[in-house]
Amino acid sequence: MPPFKTGLKRKIDKNNSKQDTEKVPEAKGSTLVEDEDLIKGELDHDGDDTDSEPEDGEKAGSDAELDEVLFDGSEVSELEESVEDNDKASGDSSDLTDSEADDDDNSSQDDRSSTDNDESKENKKGLNRDEDSGDESGIGQTHSSGSETEKKPEKVKKKTKNIRQDLRKQDKVKQSKTSIDRLADDINTTRISTQPVEQKDEYESGDTSDEEERRNTVGDVPMWWYNEYPHVGYDLDGKRIIKPPQRDQIDEFLKKCEDPDFWRTVRDPSTGQDVILSKEDLQLIHRLREGNVPDPTHDQYQPWVEWFSREVLATPLRAFPEHKRSFLPSKSEQRQVARIVHALKMGWTKTRKQIARERRMKREKNFYNLWGSSTAEEEERLRGIHRHIPAPKRALPSHAESYNPPPEYLLDAKEMKEWNKLSETPWKRQYTFLPTRHASLRAVPAYERFTRERFLRCLDLYLAPRAIKMRLTISPLDLVPKLPSPRELQPFPTGEALALRGHAALVRSADFDPSGQYVVSGSDDGTLKVWECSSGRCLRTVALGEPVSRVAWIPAAGLSLVACAAGARLLLLNPGAGVGAHRTADATDRLLQEPPPAHDVVMDERTASCVKWERVEPHDWAKGVRLIVTHFRPLIHLSWHARGDYLCACVRDGASRSVLVHQVSRRRSQLPFAKPKGLVQCALFHPTKPMLFVATQRVVRVYDLVRQELVRKLLTGAQWVSAMAVHPGGDHLLVASYDRKCVWFDLELSSQPYQALRLHAGAVRAAAFHARYPLFATAGDDAAIVVCHGMAYNDLLQNPLIVPLKQLKGPEKREELCVLDLRFHPTQPWLLAAGADATLRLYS
Amino acid sequence: MVSKKKKKYSTGEGAQFMTRKAALKKLQLSLKDFRRICILKGIYPREPRNRKRAQKGAGGIKTLYHTKDIKFLLHEPIIWKLRDLKVYQQKIRRARAMKNYPLMRKYFRDYPEINIDHIVKERYPTFVDALRDLDDCLTLCFLFSTFPSLKKVPRDQSMLCRRLTVEFMHAVITAKALRKVFVSVKGYYYQVEFEGQTITWIAPHHFSFQPQSKDEVDFKIMSTFVEFYTMMLGFVNFKLYHSLNLVYPPKLTAAFNSETDKELIDEHAYVSERIAAMNMSLARITGANEVEELPEIDIFHTEDEDPQKLEEAKLEAEKVKKLKTMFKGLKFFLNREVPREPLVFIIRCFGGEVSWDKDHFVGATFDETDESIAYQIVDRPSMEKKYLSRYYVQPQWVFDSVNVRTLLPINKYLMGAVLPPHLSPFVDKTKDQVYMPPEEKALNNPDFKPLDDDQSNSEIEEASDEDNEDKDNEEEDAEEALTKQYQQEVEQDSPSEEEDADDDVDPEKKKIAKEKKKAMAVTSGVPFKENPYKKEIEDKQAFRLREKLVRKKHRNLYKSMKAGQEKRKKEIWLLRKKRRLHDEKVKEEKKTEKRKQKMQILEAASV
Repeated sequence: MPPFKTGLKRKIDKNNSKQDTEKVPEAKGSTLVEDEDLIKGELDHDGDDTDSEPEDGEKAGSDAELDEVLFDGSEVSELEESVEDNDKASGDSSDLTDSEADDDDNSSQDDRSSTDNDESKENKKGLNRDEDSGDESGIGQTHSSGSETEKKPEKVKKKTKNIRQDLRKQDKVKQSKTSIDRLADDINTTRISTQPVEQKDEYESGDTSDEEERRNTVGDVPMWWYNEYPHVGYDLDGKRIIKPPQRDQIDEFLKKCEDPDFWRTVRDPSTGQDVILSKEDLQLIHRLREGNVPDPTHDQYQPWVEWFSREVLATPLRAFPEHKRSFLPSKSEQRQVARIVHALKMGWTKTRKQIARERRMKREKNFYNLWGSSTAEEEERLRGIHRHIPAPKRALPSHAESYNPPPEYLLDAKEMKEWNKLSETPWKRQYTFLPTRHASLRAVPAYERFTRERFLRCLDLYLAPRAIKMRLTISPLDLVPKLPSPRELQPFPTGEALALRGHAALVRSADFDPSGQYVVSGSDDGTLKVWECSSGRCLRTVALGEPVSRVAWIPAAGLSLVACAAGARLLLLNPGAGVGAHRTADATDRLLQEPPPAHDVVMDERTASCVKWERVEPHDWAKGVRLIVTHFRPLIHLSWHARGDYLCACVRDGASRSVLVHQVSRRRSQLPFAKPKGLVQCALFHPTKPMLFVATQRVVRVYDLVRQELVRKLLTGAQWVSAMAVHPGGDHLLVASYDRKCVWFDLELSSQPYQALRLHAGAVRAAAFHARYPLFATAGDDAAIVVCHGMAYNDLLQNPLIVPLKQLKGPEKREELCVLDLRFHPTQPWLLAAGADATLRLYS
Repeated sequence: MVSKKKKKYSTGEGAQFMTRKAALKKLQLSLKDFRRICILKGIYPREPRNRKRAQKGAGGIKTLYHTKDIKFLLHEPIIWKLRDLKVYQQKIRRARAMKNYPLMRKYFRDYPEINIDHIVKERYPTFVDALRDLDDCLTLCFLFSTFPSLKKVPRDQSMLCRRLTVEFMHAVITAKALRKVFVSVKGYYYQVEFEGQTITWIAPHHFSFQPQSKDEVDFKIMSTFVEFYTMMLGFVNFKLYHSLNLVYPPKLTAAFNSETDKELIDEHAYVSERIAAMNMSLARITGANEVEELPEIDIFHTEDEDPQKLEEAKLEAEKVKKLKTMFKGLKFFLNREVPREPLVFIIRCFGGEVSWDKDHFVGATFDETDESIAYQIVDRPSMEKKYLSRYYVQPQWVFDSVNVRTLLPINKYLMGAVLPPHLSPFVDKTKDQVYMPPEEKALNNPDFKPLDDDQSNSEIEEASDEDNEDKDNEEEDAEEALTKQYQQEVEQDSPSEEEDADDDVDPEKKKIAKEKKKAMAVTSGVPFKENPYKKEIEDKQAFRLREKLVRKKHRNLYKSMKAGQEKRKKEIWLLRKKRRLHDEKVKEEKKTEKRKQKMQILEAASV
C-alpha cells in the first residue's frame, strides 16, 4: 500500500475506533468470518503448496529479517506513523482493513500468491505491516479455534507492546545497518514473490488439447478457399475432413433458445467448429478488454529492485562469469582519455566547469588602477572632445526642500491656490516639489518623481546643446562709475534760499549783473524786473509791452546795460540810478547818448534789410531804454561777447540770416553767414578767442570769426538742441537738448561728445556754467535742477571729471514747463532759476 | 586668372557644425547606436553662436554637433564593435526564426560585451576629473541599486550598482570624507570631499521604485548611462581603496557576490545585508599603517594671499578635523523604525559605533541592553522600557549635528519632542541677499535671540519697521519721515532746556516772554546737531544721480541686475513676513493655552 494511503487509512481508523467502540465486537464478528475463510484458504493452499519452507518458519524468519531492514533511512517516518497507528487505533481495525484490502485485490487469485503479493508490497513500504499481518493471522487462528472475542483487545495490546519494544530495539540497531543488508532483504522478498511463478503447474487447470477432436490441417491459408467444398483439409490418411454440419438461421435461433452455453460458443474459423469458451477464457477476455495484463498473476506494481548498483556484492548476481573485456581497460578509450587529460594539462581544453567559471569571470567587471601613471601631456592628449564644456551641476537644495522645513517655506492658502492654478503648467511653479512638513523621518514617503527627474537629467546630459555662457560675477554697483563723493566737491548750491515773486507770467530769462549784486529777469507778461540779489527786493520794473524772450546783462564791468529781446526788438536798457553805481550808469548813458558818425556805420544791403537801428523816443529813454534794434523776425536768443561790445542775436526762421552780430559801440550789424545751415537754436561767443558757436537743430558749428571759416562741426547725437553753454575756459561745451540729454564736448578731444548725460526725466531747456567754480547746472521740464561738478583740467592728458552733485527741487510745474533759464552767480556758488510759475529761485 | 569662388559655408561656423542626420550618415550608424555611443563617449550637441549660419542657412532648430566631435567618434574602436553587434543580433534573430533554440541560447550566453575602460580614461584623464563628474554617476547608481530586475535593466547591472555603491560608501567611511548631509523630501543628500573636490549625491528614500509609463521614463537610456557610470565608479572605487590602503574588491557579505543566485531573495533581506555590510570594517593591506594624519597647514606668507583668508582656511581645516572624530567612542543604538542606512553610514563616517535589534536584522554588533550605549535613536513618540544611561534622541539630531559640526544639545530632539526645522547646509552663506531663517541665525550667532522668545515683542516691531522701509519704493516719503523724525528730536531737545532755565516763572509770564522772544528774534544758541539720517539721504540721492551715469552699453544689464536684486529682496521680505505671522500665531496660541490653564487652576481653586 502506498504511503499516502496509510495516512488516509489511519484517519479512517481513528474515526472508526473512536466513534463506535461498542460496535467493535460485532464488526469483529463479521470480519472474523471472512478472516476464517481466508485463513482456511491459506491452509488449504498450504496443503497444496509445493513450497519447501514451512509456513510458520518462513514467517518467523521473514519477520526477524524484516525487522532489521525496517528501520532504515527514509522509511523511519513511515514506521513511526504506523507505530502511532498501532498505538491509537485498535490493532484489529487496522488489521481488518488490511485484510479487506487484500480481499478486494486478490479475490479471484490464488490465495497463496495473494498473500505473497501482500507481503511483498508491504515489504517495500514498511515491514511493520507484515509483522502485523503475521501476528494477526496467528491471532485469527486462535480466534477461530477458541472464538473468544472478548479477550482479544487485551491480547492485542500485549502484542502492540511487544512490537513497540521491538521497534525500540530496532531503533538502536538501525544505524549499524548497511545498504547491502537492505539489498539482501530486497532479494529475499523478491524471491519469495517470484517463487510461485516459477513453480506453478502449467497443466494444473487441465490440458484440453488431447480432447480436441479436430485440428486444422489446412495450414495458414485463407479459409475462403474452402468455401465451395464440403471438406476442410485432409487427415493423416489423406481422407477429406468433412466440414461440420452448417446451420441455417432457424437452427441458430433454436440453438440460441435451447443451448444455455450459446452466449459463450464461438465458431473457430480455421476449423469451422463451435468452441465453448471456458471460464478462464472468459476471464482472459475480460482482462484484455479492461486493458490489463492478460496474466492474472502479473503484478504491475512490483517493487523495483536495483540489481546493479555500486555496492559490491559478495556473490555475483548473474550466473555467468564476467567477460575478460570487463576487466581490462579499453585501449582506445585510454588513448582518448589520455589525449583529453593532456589537453587539459596543457590548457588547450577546459572542463565545462572551468568554461562556465571563465565565462562568469569574463562577465564580471574587473577594475584596476586606471589612473596609475601618466604624464600631464599624455592626459591632455587623451582629452578627445574638442573644447569640452562640462555639464553644469544640479543646483543644491534649499531649505524649502527639507523634510521638515522652517514654517515660512510652507505654502500658505494664497500660494497654494497659485500652485493649484498652475497644475497644467507645472514648470511655471516656484518649486518642482511641494514643500511639505513631516513630523518625523519615519513618515517621509518616497519621492515619486525621483526616477523621472533622473531621467530628465540624463536627457539633459546627452541631448541638451551646450555653450559657454559668460556669467557676470560683478555686482550692479561695479557698473556704476566710481566718482568722488559730492561732499568732497563742495561748495555747490544745496538748497533753495530765495524765491523772487513779482512777475505775472512765466519768467523767460534771467541774468546776474557782473558784480553779482543784481538780477534782471524778463517775463511773458511784458515786463523786465531788476532785483536785488541779497534781499530779493524788486528794484525796478520796466514794462515793455511785449513778452520778453531773453535778457542778458553786459559782461563788461564799466557799463550798466541789459540786452533784452522783446519780440522782434532788441532793447538795450540801462537799469538806472537805483541799480548799481550811478557813475557807471551815467557813463553808460553818456556813451549811448550820441550816435557814432554815420560814415562809421557801414552796413550792406542784405544786413540793412533785416536790421534797423532806431532812435529811442524820450518816453522810452525815461524808462531806461537806450538803444533799440528792430529785427525782421522775432528774436529767440541773445548773447554778449566777453568784452561787451558785440552782441549775437538769433532770430526765428531767419534761414541764412538767422544769426546776427551787432556792435554796440558802432551801432552796426553783420550777417556772418551767407548760406542757411539749418534751424539755428542759439549762438554763443567763445569767452577768449574770436570764435562763434552756432547750434542748429542737431549740430553745433564752431566758426573762426577772424578767418571767417568753419573750424569744427560737433555732432551732438541729439534730436533737437535746446540750449548751449560754454565753459569759461572755452575748451568745453555743454549742449542741452529737448530729448532729455545733455552732451559734454571736449573741443580738444574730438567732435564726438565726451559724455552724454541723461540726468533729466524731461526735455532740458537750460544749461549754465559757473564762471569760477567747476560747476554746471542743467534744468528742464522735470521738477529737478541738477547741479554737477564739471572739472576741466589744463592738462591735455586728463579727461574732464563730471560728477552729478545734487538734485535741487525746482519751481512748480506749469503747463508741462518748469525751468526756463538758469544762471550761476558770477562769484558765489549760487544758482538762479527762472521758473514757469512766474518766480525766480535762488539756490545757495 | 579668375580665382575660384569660395563655396558658401565651407569655412567658419557653417563648417564647424553638423546636424545629427549628417552625423549619422557620416558614421554609418543607426540612431540607436549613435545615441549609445554619444552617451558612452560623452558627446553632446553644441549651441552655435549663429544658428542660421551653423545650419547652413536652413531654418528651424536642429541638433548640431561639432564636426570635430563627430570626427573624434569616427576613430572610436567601439564603433566597429557596434557594427559587429548588429551582425550578431541578426544571427540571434535567425536562430529564433529557425526555431533553433539551443543555438539562440548559446548566442545569448556568449553575447559579446563592449569593453569601455579606455573611454573612462579618455573622458577623465585624471582622477580629479573623474571625481569632479561623480555627482550624476553616484545619484544614478544609488537609484539603480534600488531597482528590481526590469526588462531594460539587466539584473546584474543593478547588482553591480549595489556592490559599487556600498564599496564607495565604505571608502567614504574609511576616509571620513563625509561633510554635509541633508534629508530632503526627495531623498538623502550627502556631500563628501575627496582630493578637494566636493561630491554631492542623492540617495532616494525607501520604496523609490515605481513603475513608470513608457513616455515618462526610458529605462534603456538610463541603463546605457549606468553602463558607463558603473565602469567609472568601479575605477574610482579602486583608486580610492588604493589610496586608502585597502584591499580592493572588499570582502562584503554574500549578497554582493554575483555568483550566488540571489534572485529570489526579497528586497528587505537585501537591504539589511547591505546595511550590515556597511557596519563592518574592511581589510587593510597588510603592513600598511592607519591613514596618517594630514600635517597641519603651513602658512606661507605670500603677497597675493590675504592673511584673513588663510586664517579662515585654517579655522575650516580645524573644524573639519573635529568633525571627523565627532562620534568617536560613542555607541549608538538604532531602533527598529529608524531608517538605518543613512544613519549607519553617517555615524560610521564620524567614528561612532552602531548597532540595532539583532532579532530583526542581521549584522548587529551589540545588544540593546549594552550599558555603554550613549545614544539611542528613536523615531516614535514613546517607549516602554528606557535606560537611564543613554539619551533617547530623534534621528534629525544626527543630521543637524553633522551639519553644525558639533554635538548639538539634545533637549530639542528628545523622544516625542516637536522637532526644530531641518535646515539645508547647502545654502551659500557668502552670497548676499540670502534669506536666513532665525534658526540658522541662532546657529551662526549664539547671541541671537529667536523671535519666539518672550522678549521678542519689540524686536518684531523693529523688524516690521525695517520691512516697511524695504517695502517703500517711494524713498522720498521715507526722507520726509526721517526729516520729520529729526525735527521732532530737535524739538524735544530744545524745550527741555528752556524748562530748565526758568522753572519758577508762572505760565503767563512765560507766554509773554515767549512772545517777546519771538519779536526780538534773539534766541539762545542751539548746538548744531547733525541729522544722522541726512547723510544717508544725501548719499542715496547722490547715488541715484550717479546711477544715471551708467554707460549705455551696460544700462540694460544694470537694470536687469537691479530687477533681480529687487525680486530677491521681495522674496526675502515675503519669507520674513510669513515667519513673523507664523511666530505671532504660535505665540497667541501659547498665550491662550496658558490663559486656559490659569483659568482652570482658578476654577479648581474656587471650587
